[in-house]
Amino acid sequence: MLKVFTSIGNYVMLMRRVFTHPQKRGIFWDQMLTEVNNLGLESLGIVAFISMFMGAVVAIQTAYNIDSPLIPMSMVGFTVRQSVILEFSPTVISLILAGKVGSRIASEIGTMRVTEQIDALEIMGVNSANYLIFPKIIASMLINPVLIVFSMWLGILGGWGAMTATGLVSTNDYVQGLRIDFEGYTIFYALTKTVFFAFIIASVSGFYGYITRGGALEVGQASTKAVVFSSVIIILFNLVLTQLLLT
Amino acid sequence: MIEARNIDKTFGEHHVLKNVSCNFDKGKTNLIIGQSGSGKTVLMKCLVGLFEVDQGTVMYNNRNFTRMNFEQRKTLRREIGMLFQGGALFDSMNVEQNVMFPLNMFTNQLLEEKRERVNFVLNRVNLENVNRLMPSELSGGMRKRVAIARAIAMNPQYLFCDEPNSGLDPQTSGVIDHLIQEITLEYNITTIVNTHDMNSVLSIGDSVAFIYKGELWWQGDKETILDTENPELNEFVFGTELTSRLKK
Ligand SMILES: Nc1ncnc2c1ncn2[C@@H]1O[C@H](COP(=O)(O)OP(=O)(O)OP(=O)(O)O)[C@@H](O)[C@H]1O
Ligand SMILES: [Mg+2]
Repeated sequence: MLKVFTSIGNYVMLMRRVFTHPQKRGIFWDQMLTEVNNLGLESLGIVAFISMFMGAVVAIQTAYNIDSPLIPMSMVGFTVRQSVILEFSPTVISLILAGKVGSRIASEIGTMRVTEQIDALEIMGVNSANYLIFPKIIASMLINPVLIVFSMWLGILGGWGAMTATGLVSTNDYVQGLRIDFEGYTIFYALTKTVFFAFIIASVSGFYGYITRGGALEVGQASTKAVVFSSVIIILFNLVLTQLLLT
Repeated sequence: MIEARNIDKTFGEHHVLKNVSCNFDKGKTNLIIGQSGSGKTVLMKCLVGLFEVDQGTVMYNNRNFTRMNFEQRKTLRREIGMLFQGGALFDSMNVEQNVMFPLNMFTNQLLEEKRERVNFVLNRVNLENVNRLMPSELSGGMRKRVAIARAIAMNPQYLFCDEPNSGLDPQTSGVIDHLIQEITLEYNITTIVNTHDMNSVLSIGDSVAFIYKGELWWQGDKETILDTENPELNEFVFGTELTSRLKK
């Protein structure tokens, strides 16, 4: 238990060093654009793949489970929309990103730690925490919402594709379902969560990378810890945020 | 000049440095020698503040480094160049970007000027046409030289080298040693070198501090080291087949 508090304390202290003015603004922008590419655009493929298939599965599941003639088939579109926008895209895709992006961040920074590259930065008089972690946090908070919106579209599209391919629900019914009681607030809710989760992924993984000590083995452990802890924290915060935002 | 006064450092139960006091003079290559695990790297990292000392002070030209806060240290560190045991080149950057990095961070020079400086220091360490290569494409000796080039890019006042010639063949080691000595004399800087290579000691040891199990055991220079009566140092100096035969 004490260990948990020590970790939280160390995390907060690290974040205080991360959130300072970058040494050079130009260098910061360059780094951030690189990270937008490394952490965001390079995840497009996996996000697209998972979103399409999950949307399709939700649609098929719902369609097969509607056996009462009293429930209109448009419910399929409605269900896909709600589950994709409210939970599937923001939470599940964020968990996927915690795995992909989190391990990348932790192993990159951890390797720099054990090969003394971070020491080299410090010796030059660079605030290494700020230099390495800040651009990653900002880039994630900017690009993850874009990925999530993209995922929402593809999830819904995937559901539609499955329905047309199997002929279970007509395009008309599906689209009609998508429109039932639509509230813009749900999108706001989903993206707010996403931004929080992006911060969690980048900062927690940065933390575990930064405090790595030892060698290659420890880098591997750091990257595992980064993924496990960012996922757990995402799940916990999901509950809290859902409660806060939807009441 | 850098002064270490009564430095103590422990890691948990492990007492690594015991009351080490030592001066490192300007314009000299000051060597720290000792067996593997004796505490050379820890001492060097204490001097530059990568490890906090438990007790004692480190002075840079009468400026108390130990008492400085994070910002003050950051400023002083711009006068420090350091070569790490493994080179510590940034592996996401090519050679030119590595050497240019401190210039990008701390100067407002134009790209042209920075390029010129980069080529100058690369030339200084006898490297040419390597600007576009990545660290993974370099040999161990080249990596060390690029790291030296990066360390001197900002014209440091203090140069720290942690085992500059570990893992290199004797000839390349010699080249690197002489390079470090030349740079020290040319720019009149304070240089501190960790090594356990007796060749380096005899060729560039203007001042030599022998660390034994975390204590400063002996101090002298390359002339006096061969005549010492100190048994532990003798064992260290004449520990190899080659040196012991030569002694006979
Ligand atoms: N970060 C650390 N945490 C705990 N112990 C450490 C740490 N760094 C070094 N030590 C211990 O301090 C002792 C001295 O290590 P140091 O790296 O200074 O040796 P060295 O003289 O540089 O050896 P080498 O010539 O092999 O580089 C070793 O016993 C090592 O286990
Ligand atoms: Mg060492």
